[in-house]
Amino acid sequence: MAAVSLDHGLILAAILFVIGFVGLLTRRNLIVVLACIEIMLNAAGLAFVVAGARWGRADGQVMFLFVLAMAAAEVAVGLALAIRFRQSLGRLDVDDADEMKG
Amino acid sequence: MLQLLWIIPALPAAGFVVLALLNRHLGRRAAAVIGAGSVGLSAVVALLVAVSFIASPPPGDVYRQVLWTWFDTGGLAPQIAFYLDAMSVIFVVVITFVGFLIHLYSTEFMERDEGYTRFFMYMNLFVASMLVLVLADNLLLLYLGWEGVGLCSYLLISFWQRDLQNVYAGRKAFIVTRIGDTALIIGLFLLFTQLHTLAIQPLMAGAAKEWPVGSGFAVAAAALLLGGAVGKSAQLPLQTWLPDAMAGPTPVSALIHAATMVTAGVYLIARTNVLFTLAPDVRLAVAIVGTVTLLYACFCALAQHDIKRVLAYSTMSQIGYMFLALGVAGWSAAIFHFMTHAFFKALLFLAAGAVIESLGGEHDIFKMGGLRRKLPTAFWAFIVGAASLAAMPLVTSGFYSKDLIIETSLGSVDGNAWLWLGALVGSLLTSIYAFRLVFVVFFGDQQTPVTRRPRWRMLLPLWVLSALSLIGGFVWLPEWMGSFHPLENFLGEALPPLKTVASSFAYTGVSALLTSLVAVVGVALATVWLVESRAALGDFAARPTPHALQEFWLNGWGFDWLYEHVFVIPVKWFARVARNDLVEPAFSGLAWLNVQAWRALSASQNGVLRVYIAVAGVGLVVILAFVVLR
Repeated sequence: MAAVSLDHGLILAAILFVIGFVGLLTRRNLIVVLACIEIMLNAAGLAFVVAGARWGRADGQVMFLFVLAMAAAEVAVGLALAIRFRQSLGRLDVDDADEMKG
Repeated sequence: MLQLLWIIPALPAAGFVVLALLNRHLGRRAAAVIGAGSVGLSAVVALLVAVSFIASPPPGDVYRQVLWTWFDTGGLAPQIAFYLDAMSVIFVVVITFVGFLIHLYSTEFMERDEGYTRFFMYMNLFVASMLVLVLADNLLLLYLGWEGVGLCSYLLISFWQRDLQNVYAGRKAFIVTRIGDTALIIGLFLLFTQLHTLAIQPLMAGAAKEWPVGSGFAVAAAALLLGGAVGKSAQLPLQTWLPDAMAGPTPVSALIHAATMVTAGVYLIARTNVLFTLAPDVRLAVAIVGTVTLLYACFCALAQHDIKRVLAYSTMSQIGYMFLALGVAGWSAAIFHFMTHAFFKALLFLAAGAVIESLGGEHDIFKMGGLRRKLPTAFWAFIVGAASLAAMPLVTSGFYSKDLIIETSLGSVDGNAWLWLGALVGSLLTSIYAFRLVFVVFFGDQQTPVTRRPRWRMLLPLWVLSALSLIGGFVWLPEWMGSFHPLENFLGEALPPLKTVASSFAYTGVSALLTSLVAVVGVALATVWLVESRAALGDFAARPTPHALQEFWLNGWGFDWLYEHVFVIPVKWFARVARNDLVEPAFSGLAWLNVQAWRALSASQNGVLRVYIAVAGVGLVVILAFVVLR
């Protein structure tokens, strides 16, 4: 099995992060926004795993488990927010939630 | 017993604190009990202290009580200390006793007004401040009391604050007396820089030791103190606030603008008599100010048709007599007249208040009339007060004190015939306007129906003050009536004796005879208002010459007009012009800059989540770029 080089892994992680970030900026559906955040989290996790493989240590994979746990918690809260959002505003457009403007 | 001294001012001060803290939570009854009760207790303590002071005089006839050191900085360490001598005993007893009677009267007089608790709160603060003023051991503490009574005067003149006119009157009183207060504080600065202390007794001793008679410092200090006294006591040329001060409730006029506060100037001059002895020119000025003011106020009083304004001008005039006495070094005579004046003028004001209240707030004397059967107590009280004011011979207290001043103005080594003549003419005019008031208000046809009658809390003070107005003068009988003058002996412990011209015409009894005569003649002349019908009076007033003269006197000789044009309008004009000077844009520019910054920051807070994320992302990139490429 050909080893994936560190550079390739990090570039993939960067591409995933940018995809997630651009999605965050351009999409207005709250569910899609949450999915984009998931993509960005996974990009960070991938960077950890690749770096762990490069140095031959388990720390990177341990950190990925933490990231997974955090992502699960984030989705739980995020979906709960999405339900409340839908109930109070009737839609799932994040731009509708601008009542805090100064 | 003398150790109780500090309790006398502390009781009304405590009353003030309690009323101020519990303001809205107190019922009317509780407010009245606290307000009048604290002053009543204070009067009891004052009587105890006075009796003990007279029965067993302290060493040197002076009792000093040091409570604590106020502050200590730069060589100035004034103490909170009280100084009790014969003069302060008289003042304290009169203030607390008359003050209590007026508080008792107010509990009924004010019962239908809003702000009942607030009224007693201010009144208690006033009594406490006034007591601090007369008991103060140093001039700084005296000044604290001096400003305290000025503040209370302002608050109480504007007490019915829903009417804008009352508020203006309070403001005028505050500003005009403030002119005098400024002179006073400059005088204190001068005394402190020259003599390095403000404690009154060391100060007076130092002044007598270091300054020769007529020296520049003594004259300047005395003149500045006189400025303060003139403002507070409503003497020319700072007298214009007193008639307008009648906008306050009548008990306030009785307590502050007749019996006590306005005599603070007399107290100040008597207390610092050493300075005035060192400055004979200033003392002559005091006598002249007093004489001119007493004549001026008499003429004004003749033309007024607001019952309270007549009494206000008469107060001004009687304080003029006190100043005259001070000016010719008759210190004790001035204090004697202060005492009797406090009795009969408080009586007159309270009786006038009863009349006004019974007629539903009517102030115009020509709309009164025929009240002697409807309001017998007020009538008799008014007769007693007016007789005492007019110095009806032998039976009234006002006769003994005023006659003493008239005699002193001639018999003192500093007196002269002009002052004596002025005082005598003033006495005639006083008698005329006092009985004009009586005849117009209580005789003739009834004009306004009586809607309400005073009850015991308003009547009791009238009876007590009537009695005092009649017998209060027997403590100092003139020479030709025998030598009975305990008050003179008592005050002689605190104030220097009067130097008289030996075998002066003043003390032969002829002067007293003339004083008696002018008082009776004045009443006789005043009967013109009794016999002439109202219509005839109207015709007389309608003729152009008396009419113009009456207008002139009614408006206080145009002093308000003069000050309006000389001071108020130029200052207002200058303020309007100076509005757009160079300093203004600097400050308004600063404000404008702040507003713009606020707008910019506020616009960035637009509530769109995606914009926030984008900004955060850009920020992250910038920081990363900075860290990586550094």
